[in-house]
Amino acid sequence: MSEAFFQFVLKHRLLVIFLAVTLSILMGSGVKQLQFSNDYRMFFSEDNPQLKAFEKLQNTYTKNDNVLFVIEPRNGKIFTRETLTAVAALTKEAWQIPYSLRVDSITNFQHTYAEGDDLVVEDLVLDPQLLTEEQLADKQQIATSDPLLVNRLISPNAHTTGVNVTVQLPGKKLTEVPEVASMAREMVRNLEADYPHIKVHLTGMVMMNNAFPSASMDDMKSLYPVMFGAVILVLVVMLRSIPGTLSTLIIIILMIIATMGLTGWFGIKMSPPTTTVPIVIMTLAIADCVHILVNFLHNMRDGESKYQAMMESLRINLQPIFLTTLTTAIGFLSLNFSEAPPFRDLGNMSAMGVVLAFLLSITFLPAMMMLLPVKALSGDTLGSVAMIRFSEFVVRNKKGLLWGMGIVILLLVSQIPSNRLDDQFVKYFDETITFRQATDFTTENLTGIYLVEYSLESGETGGISEPKFLQKVEDFAQWYRQQPYVLHVNSITDIMKRLNRNMHEDDNDWYRLPDQRDLSAQYLLLYEFSLPFGLDLNNQINVKKSATRFTVTMESISTQQLLKIEESAQAWLTEHAPGMRIDGASPTIMFAHIGSRNIIAMLKGTTLALIMISFILIFALKSIRIGGLSLIPNLVPMGMAFGLWGMFVGEVGLALSVVTGMTLGVVVDDTVHFLSKYLRARREKNMDREDAVRYAFSTVGTALWVTSLVLMVGFGILAFSHFQLNAGMGLLTAITLGFALIADFLFLPPLLIYFGGKKS
Amino acid sequence: MKPILIPVVLFFAPAMALAATAEERGLEIAKEIEVRDTGFHDFKATMSMLLRNKHGEESLRDMRNQTLEVDNDGDKTLVVFDEPRDIKGTALLSFSHKAGDDDQWLYLPALKRVKRIASRNKSGPFMGSEFAYEDISSQEVEKYTYKFIDEGGHEGIPSFILERYPVDPNSGYTRQQVWVDKERYIALKIDYYDRKNSPLKTLVFRGYQQYLDQYWRADEMYMENHQTGKSTLLTWKQYDFRSGLTDGDFNKNSLKRAR
Repeated sequence: MSEAFFQFVLKHRLLVIFLAVTLSILMGSGVKQLQFSNDYRMFFSEDNPQLKAFEKLQNTYTKNDNVLFVIEPRNGKIFTRETLTAVAALTKEAWQIPYSLRVDSITNFQHTYAEGDDLVVEDLVLDPQLLTEEQLADKQQIATSDPLLVNRLISPNAHTTGVNVTVQLPGKKLTEVPEVASMAREMVRNLEADYPHIKVHLTGMVMMNNAFPSASMDDMKSLYPVMFGAVILVLVVMLRSIPGTLSTLIIIILMIIATMGLTGWFGIKMSPPTTTVPIVIMTLAIADCVHILVNFLHNMRDGESKYQAMMESLRINLQPIFLTTLTTAIGFLSLNFSEAPPFRDLGNMSAMGVVLAFLLSITFLPAMMMLLPVKALSGDTLGSVAMIRFSEFVVRNKKGLLWGMGIVILLLVSQIPSNRLDDQFVKYFDETITFRQATDFTTENLTGIYLVEYSLESGETGGISEPKFLQKVEDFAQWYRQQPYVLHVNSITDIMKRLNRNMHEDDNDWYRLPDQRDLSAQYLLLYEFSLPFGLDLNNQINVKKSATRFTVTMESISTQQLLKIEESAQAWLTEHAPGMRIDGASPTIMFAHIGSRNIIAMLKGTTLALIMISFILIFALKSIRIGGLSLIPNLVPMGMAFGLWGMFVGEVGLALSVVTGMTLGVVVDDTVHFLSKYLRARREKNMDREDAVRYAFSTVGTALWVTSLVLMVGFGILAFSHFQLNAGMGLLTAITLGFALIADFLFLPPLLIYFGGKKS
Repeated sequence: MKPILIPVVLFFAPAMALAATAEERGLEIAKEIEVRDTGFHDFKATMSMLLRNKHGEESLRDMRNQTLEVDNDGDKTLVVFDEPRDIKGTALLSFSHKAGDDDQWLYLPALKRVKRIASRNKSGPFMGSEFAYEDISSQEVEKYTYKFIDEGGHEGIPSFILERYPVDPNSGYTRQQVWVDKERYIALKIDYYDRKNSPLKTLVFRGYQQYLDQYWRADEMYMENHQTGKSTLLTWKQYDFRSGLTDGDFNKNSLKRAR
């Protein structure tokens, strides 16, 4: 049946080409619907418990998506008339940012003090131009000693300050984030033009969200040309055939267009991980084409007619290519187990691409080769002589290789535990990205970007005024402030203490919590009546006044360290205030858990994929022994790669936890090709195990190292991505594929010689 | 308005509209609203606020309101809080003014002291609700400038639609769009726009009742915040007009007695 099909393809080549191109472009027309996701929440599924906890917290108080303007005067002094004028101007202007809910800065900070019997609540800086030197020093003193401001909106030595804009994005349109970001940038431009002595850095969650698509597009602009260049180079060198290179290139382009188009039709949103899809599927398409072309060119060199050469190549390659497509697709589909939806998309898109590549390489490719003039090349294109020599070496040193490789594998695998989980989301972007630079500046000079938030529950309506509850909250704040890496703790108790002092003629002896419940409640009421629009306490106190929001800002530490501190906080709460114990919630906490959650999920997915693939291999190879043996070269490369990673890098996160699923299907390909040739030699040619290994090397060895090289180059290009997520994933995948080649060439053959079935 | 006059007014209304600018017409309507609500002298009522956040949590505030009409200036209001328990007996005295900031004092029973609210910017939320103080304080004509926009309807009631712009620079709003019942000259709905002119809140008046055969008061005022998803339902009950309140009931000393 397949023969009739191929005869049809080769005879009606123009029709086949026309159909392939038309169908690809038809699918590709969905490209118009492609959209980029610009919300960090894309990394979390709707039922992610940390996301749910955070959403609940935000719905109880207010959302905390923000834009943070960090102002850096060249003279290093915030408290000058000029700089304060700029800060006040920006504070006022920032209310114009779309979807803004509130604006907090040192100028509109609601400073309270006693004036006779009155409580005065007013902006800390009202008219900067009128301030005397003495007043400036006074304001600086107030700002840098207020626990609500220092290390949050003002640095302790007052050399940088922040203007924080809280925005509530409706989340209905993808244009919301860029709208906010471009308005913020325009404000920065105007401010820097009006006040040349200051520099403004832009960070915050909205700016990060905006950086996702813009960095993706930068990646596409810089990586895709490199990828095409590399592909052309490898193909020309390896195939030494212009028609072959040209046909392969067209296939790659058609497949990428069709895959991206289908992505658009399915409504999958593009994200940083899925921008790598074209590179991933391109390398896999090349593998298919190379297998067919190498045999085709080889057959022509042996003097066969073009038609015969192609028919023969298709005949012997159809089964292995179909098999590798199937196993690769299963590997990619196992990414559907991932906790992070973008990696599910990555898996599904890659699986689509792999199937399209298979279909194109058995239709479009042969038809094109029939159409184009192909010269039979003389000489040894792919160094099969070298391969034969290499197989001799392997057979001769089988014992040494078995033991040597075994030891190397065990050594590397033993290093896997050196890997530590870390998902600092700011580090998902490399230092070339403006958002990362601004955020690094912020963490070094003003405040942290990693938060842990708690909604502390008193258990009764109005309970936040209860002195016992307030004392617990205060103790918790004090405990947190003593922990390492803690920059700032935002607690309602600081406001309560200040109000108590204000109500006692600003007497410092009264800077303590009120000791009567009704008194606290009435102070708060008075204070709330005095606050202006947008600066209320609704972001810190819930409507029942039964709970308060408690926010801890941390330095840039690994998410493991952060989780450890949060764990101690849980222990503290359990011991001292079991009634208000609650898990910390925040984007930081969400990212801190996603790595380990994803690893557990991916272990399930990868195991299932491995079982399915093993059954397919046992069935296809018709041998339980060989199918079972294939597990070793299929699993060993991942273990070795993660071990090597543990030795030299030691940090794994969300992206690396999907590498197992990504590589499994690809690694299997090499094993399939090698084993199918080995078995053919044993069964059809009645060779012994050593000769069968030699045969496998000579027939498929060249194609294997060529395709492995292509794959390593392809994934290696990803290492240059500005997304550390993609860079790490690409690099580790390339390493895994390298180890897969080593395992197939140096470890599988000795294994086959010693355990590869009965001697015949 | 006697029924027999209605056709006459309707006949002349378009001609009047042509003669006036949109600003003049808006002001005209605002003045008419005030004129029709003048002369009630005083009233007492109870208020309860049901606050609800996006998460569905609810919370109740109960208070009593006493209002005294003041000739040629804003009203005097005394609000005594009953619920939540911790602020029971706390009382807020406000002197609303046609020009300049309102005066406010708060009596704190726990401290047994009256404190003046010395903030010049009181546009924050009232008791943590979606109502700002400026939304429920005495709506003097002079606190806004006006513009007539269109005629329309709200829930089938023919209305004037006008915009008003707060005079106070500290207001949280750039503008408010008000639907005014053409016949009764009462507000039916108000859309509030924030400082960046985005829709912020909508207030809907429900269950209007007439007192002393003249003064319309809504039983319910429902305020919804479109940006945060929070809402507040303000319910008025036990209206008692001309209850005999005098100026002596609205001073610092009366605050302490108010409980």
